[in-house]
Amino acid sequence: MTDRLRVPPVSPRPGDPQVDDAAVREHGLTTDEFARVCDSLGRAPTWTELGVFSVMWSEHCSYKTSRKFLKQFPTEGPRVLQGPGENAGVVDVGDGLGICFKMESHNHPSFIEPYQGAATGVGGILRDVFTMNARPIALLNSLRFGSPDHPKTRHLVDGVVAGIAGYGNCIGVPTVAGEVAFHPCYDGNNLVNAMAVGTVSADRIFRGIAAGVGNPVLYVGARTGRDGIHGATMASDSFEEGREGPRPTVQVGDPYTEKLLLEACMELLQKDAVVAIQDMGAAGLTSSSVEMAGRGGTGLLLHVDRVPRRESGMTPYECLLSESQERMLIVAARGREDVVEEVFSKWDLEAVVVGEVTDDGLWTVVENDRTVASIPVGALTDDAPVYDRPRQEPADLAQRHETPDLPAHGDCNEVLLRLLASPNIADKRWVYRQYDHMVRVGTLVKPGAADAAVIGLPGTSKAIAVCVDGNSVHVKMDPFEGAQGVIAEACRNVACTGAEPLGATDCLNFGNPERPEVMWEFERAVAGLAEGLRQVEVPIVSGNVSFYNETGSQSIHPTPTVGIVGLIEDRAHAVGLGLPESGQLVLLGSPRPVLGATAYARCIHDVEQGMPPRVQWDDERALLRTLRAGVARGLIRAAHDVSEGGLAVALAEMALAGGRTREVGSGLGCSVQLPAYPEAEARELLLFGETHGCAWVVVDEEDASDLLALSQELGCPARVAGSVGGDELCVADAHGTPVVQLPIERVRDAWEHGFSKAVGVPAPPPRP
Amino acid sequence: MKFGIVTFPGSNCDHDSYHVVKHVLGHEACFLWHKQEDFSGVDCVVLPGGFSYGDYLRCGAIARFSPIMDAVVRFANSGGYVVGICNGFQVLTEAGLLPGALLQNRDLKFICEDTTLLVANGHTPWTVLCPETIMAPIAHHEGCYFADDDTLGRLEGEGRVVFRYASRAGEEAAEANPNGAVNNIAGIINERGNVLGMMPHPERNGDTELGDGSGAWVFRSIIHSFEAQA
Repeated sequence: MTDRLRVPPVSPRPGDPQVDDAAVREHGLTTDEFARVCDSLGRAPTWTELGVFSVMWSEHCSYKTSRKFLKQFPTEGPRVLQGPGENAGVVDVGDGLGICFKMESHNHPSFIEPYQGAATGVGGILRDVFTMNARPIALLNSLRFGSPDHPKTRHLVDGVVAGIAGYGNCIGVPTVAGEVAFHPCYDGNNLVNAMAVGTVSADRIFRGIAAGVGNPVLYVGARTGRDGIHGATMASDSFEEGREGPRPTVQVGDPYTEKLLLEACMELLQKDAVVAIQDMGAAGLTSSSVEMAGRGGTGLLLHVDRVPRRESGMTPYECLLSESQERMLIVAARGREDVVEEVFSKWDLEAVVVGEVTDDGLWTVVENDRTVASIPVGALTDDAPVYDRPRQEPADLAQRHETPDLPAHGDCNEVLLRLLASPNIADKRWVYRQYDHMVRVGTLVKPGAADAAVIGLPGTSKAIAVCVDGNSVHVKMDPFEGAQGVIAEACRNVACTGAEPLGATDCLNFGNPERPEVMWEFERAVAGLAEGLRQVEVPIVSGNVSFYNETGSQSIHPTPTVGIVGLIEDRAHAVGLGLPESGQLVLLGSPRPVLGATAYARCIHDVEQGMPPRVQWDDERALLRTLRAGVARGLIRAAHDVSEGGLAVALAEMALAGGRTREVGSGLGCSVQLPAYPEAEARELLLFGETHGCAWVVVDEEDASDLLALSQELGCPARVAGSVGGDELCVADAHGTPVVQLPIERVRDAWEHGFSKAVGVPAPPPRP
Repeated sequence: MKFGIVTFPGSNCDHDSYHVVKHVLGHEACFLWHKQEDFSGVDCVVLPGGFSYGDYLRCGAIARFSPIMDAVVRFANSGGYVVGICNGFQVLTEAGLLPGALLQNRDLKFICEDTTLLVANGHTPWTVLCPETIMAPIAHHEGCYFADDDTLGRLEGEGRVVFRYASRAGEEAAEANPNGAVNNIAGIINERGNVLGMMPHPERNGDTELGDGSGAWVFRSIIHSFEAQA
């Protein structure tokens, strides 16, 4: 601990409840933690202070369980302009431009109230980005729901998708990519991870660092209500029947107000009036003011009675802990308050001076000149508890690893159709059709038409490629290998459009960390992500951790999701995944397929067991280099990585999207021959087994030899496997015997209707 | 030619229209703030897409009372060119510059998708250079055009239906109607022809980087009409 500050006494506020053992328990603080609170204050806390400690020391705000492990992540590199610890991270893309991005979870609220929970998740992550002075240009999301048959699933899917659409569409930021997956482990805890991406002048990045004693602190944006009080504490607990404790309400989003707030902030940050700015997210006014003072090494004084409210009779406790949306806290340069007020008034928003920066290292709150809280800033930030929770290898790990004995199904046509119709693989048009994915006229490749979204950077010839990926079944079977696989797949996805991965953000969604087996999974998964990121030299610049995704005693699968931002120097070359009208199909990489833990094992055999595919990093890097160089030289005309469902599903997806290059077309046939494979009876293994290190690409016939030469030079095996053409999907084995032969129309029917049939929503009309 | 693009609070396609007019077509463009009571030196007003005033109450219902709208109505009544795109079309119907109303989509969901538009009348100032069909994406929740039979009869009889939803092949077909709009109507003009409202976004396909670029023909047409008149 730093030098101990003398903390002034604060007498109880008349009308506030007593701080007793029951109150401490209800606030989720342990006996040890409460003793630590008293120690840091040199006295017992007031009711207001208790609430503040409760949220600031919650898992959600303090990272007390995860902090120790997150240190393993690579966070530095020549491209990093801002690493973790700020509202969002920033990577350098040249031309004086930075890409600012972050992903965050909104799991717990989205399960209770799917529309508002998801909507405010989008609103929150957008504020994290534009508070850095970045103009948001894209939104992504990673969604996981319980079994499609579960009675709650349809309601949750409908609400979450509508909530994301409702917020993103209104504020005018395109929702360009994402993933939607289903698994029974999410029956009681769905996952909503939202990512925002923005562009910022590299020399105009704003941070949340309070500085300048006497500088005014301004509250801007929407008024404060009682919504969301203790949201951060809720997100730090499991769902359980009859649990005592504060009952939060889910916050309600107002994207219209956020649009005004966005424009007002963008306009204000062009003027020299702002020293620091921070979004009021989880734990609202408390965390924003405490974190700004903490980063600045200052103190901060708040006049809570000056906070604009939309309800009467709110106590300091309620004002400080409210998670009302669309609010920001600004430290302005002294004497420039009027600039802030003028800009916000133009946008019909309030800006009110509510406090000032001090030099006493204390976070002090007064109500009508009476002090209601006085806490050393450090006690709430750096000196918050850090835990090294017990970890234990799961008892069933050996069983998870055991290769399942899966009899061959025999009919590969049927297997392929069933995989394509399974809701995790099926066409997600029902979802992305509800998202405005084109506003801001930067979306160069439409959803479903590439492995990553490609967004043009205005005023340059560059584009960024962005994607979000996760594979919780692989991670569950082996967290270390599975998490490396998530990194490999995410990097492949951006590389398939021609991009070089520059930076990553992550959401670590896990169960109850007080269970040693969950902590073991967490430790191993973080180690796997860190290993993967080091192997590809991609730093993490932002992210978040969501524990306690547990209902009753059922924890979710360990689900790290990763968002990657990649750079395409010349966007005219960017490619999608749909087959062009003609060309040769080349398989890049050497398949090392496994059948355990795959979509095939789950869909066809109802088995979830076995080691996930292992990443061979030398091969993976060679593939990434080849994809990038092949696209940049204009040799590769379409590319799609091999992931869920293996070689056959990847090929079918290219055929289904075929006919147009930058949007999903009406489909084209193709014919390929599989490589020889040593294992006997390996037909289904080779077709549907999952592997890393592989991608299908299409090359013009006259360029094929150039691509093969390039691959060889870069150390990536490559083999011409067939060609585009016809109206059938044909796959033959190494002897030339057909193993899959299906009219595209039939393949399309399975793929296009799979999602709506499984989830029970009306099918969208045929593609125009 | 100079375009004035209105920014209502909640407009979010204002910069997209600006981009096409200024950077793709090389004409002048400026933004008009909703609190302005007057404007001058503008040859065509664009009411852009978005969620003006949050689309609270009813799409376009509050925007119609914004100070700038009195000036826009005066401008239109004096023959000035006005185009409302998406939310802008909704504002135009609320302001009484165009007949009919935009209802919720048939399937009650927001739809974002490319549409093919049949140019139903190629002799208007807005379509004079357009090919037989153009592509323009829709992105709306309330885009189902409706009008009573008398109004429809007049619109159809006077050739004021300018764009209809069509198949890729350019045929007007029920399956190509994304939102349930009566007679597949995607865009209409006023009696004088100087005011156009359309739900699809031509500015989102104004650049060949984003599609075939055919949305730009709407802007090229009005530039041509303006220059021919001048």
